[in-house]
Amino acid sequence: MDIPYTVKDRPDTGLYNGKLGVWLFLASEVMLFGGLFSAYIFLRTGVETWPTGADILNVPLATMNTLFLITSSVTMVLSWASLKLKDFGKFKLYTGITLLLACAFLVVKYFEYTAKFDHGLFPSTNNFLGIYFTMTGLHVLHIIGGILVIFYFWIPGAKMWKTDPERFTNRIEIVGLYWHFVDLVWIFLFPVLYLL
Amino acid sequence: MADLTPEEVKHHIKTYATVFVALAFLTVVTVGISYLDLGVASAVTLALIVASIKGSLVACYFMHLIDEKTTIYWTLLATAAAFIILMFVPLGAMLDQARI
Repeated sequence: MDIPYTVKDRPDTGLYNGKLGVWLFLASEVMLFGGLFSAYIFLRTGVETWPTGADILNVPLATMNTLFLITSSVTMVLSWASLKLKDFGKFKLYTGITLLLACAFLVVKYFEYTAKFDHGLFPSTNNFLGIYFTMTGLHVLHIIGGILVIFYFWIPGAKMWKTDPERFTNRIEIVGLYWHFVDLVWIFLFPVLYLL
Repeated sequence: MADLTPEEVKHHIKTYATVFVALAFLTVVTVGISYLDLGVASAVTLALIVASIKGSLVACYFMHLIDEKTTIYWTLLATAAAFIILMFVPLGAMLDQARI
């Protein structure tokens, strides 16, 4: 038996099931990161002095990473638009660029983390570094998860394009929703941790 | 987003390019603001305003929230309400501390 409403919209929700499922997942993700943002406010307002992120962290590298993620969000949505235009070659290209940018983000993060460790700065050093490593670490896990899923749709999962192109296009749309969310979280993490 | 004509998709692509330029520009603005000699309250407010504008652009155009079904709007409204409550939890702790 086929799974219902993978392409057609359900009459009661007006959406295909996967899309509503991913939006509900993202709602839970808002609360996950929300808990950490709340913890950040709690830690920051509970002390007399709080370090400026720019004095400890590397702002130029983080700015570069912000640009990597913003660009990857554009290429992700362009890969979906390419499928809508039935241009599978461009889908492959844009998805490949998205993966490349996501990996570049991780490489930069690796250099940032190792620089901190080399200077003896660990999550246990102080509250600022504790919340910095927790929030960015969770974000990095989301990036890794995104890379795995996007890679699946780029190579092995892409064969669905031949058998069920509409369903495949929907899959790319909802993995894109997740990826844009990861970008959105970074848009707030960047000023909160690095600049204020 | 199911029944888009190729012309509509091409129009969307132009919008994505414009949003990308706006996001890149606002990233530079965010960094620029941090170099201004503002007080903590002003710096936090300004940085969060710019981040909110950037976040809204991503949500509205890349995630297509500008043209979505009501089910999603209701889901996000409930999420936003819960998120706001979560942000005010530390405020409650601060008020408790002030009383002590």
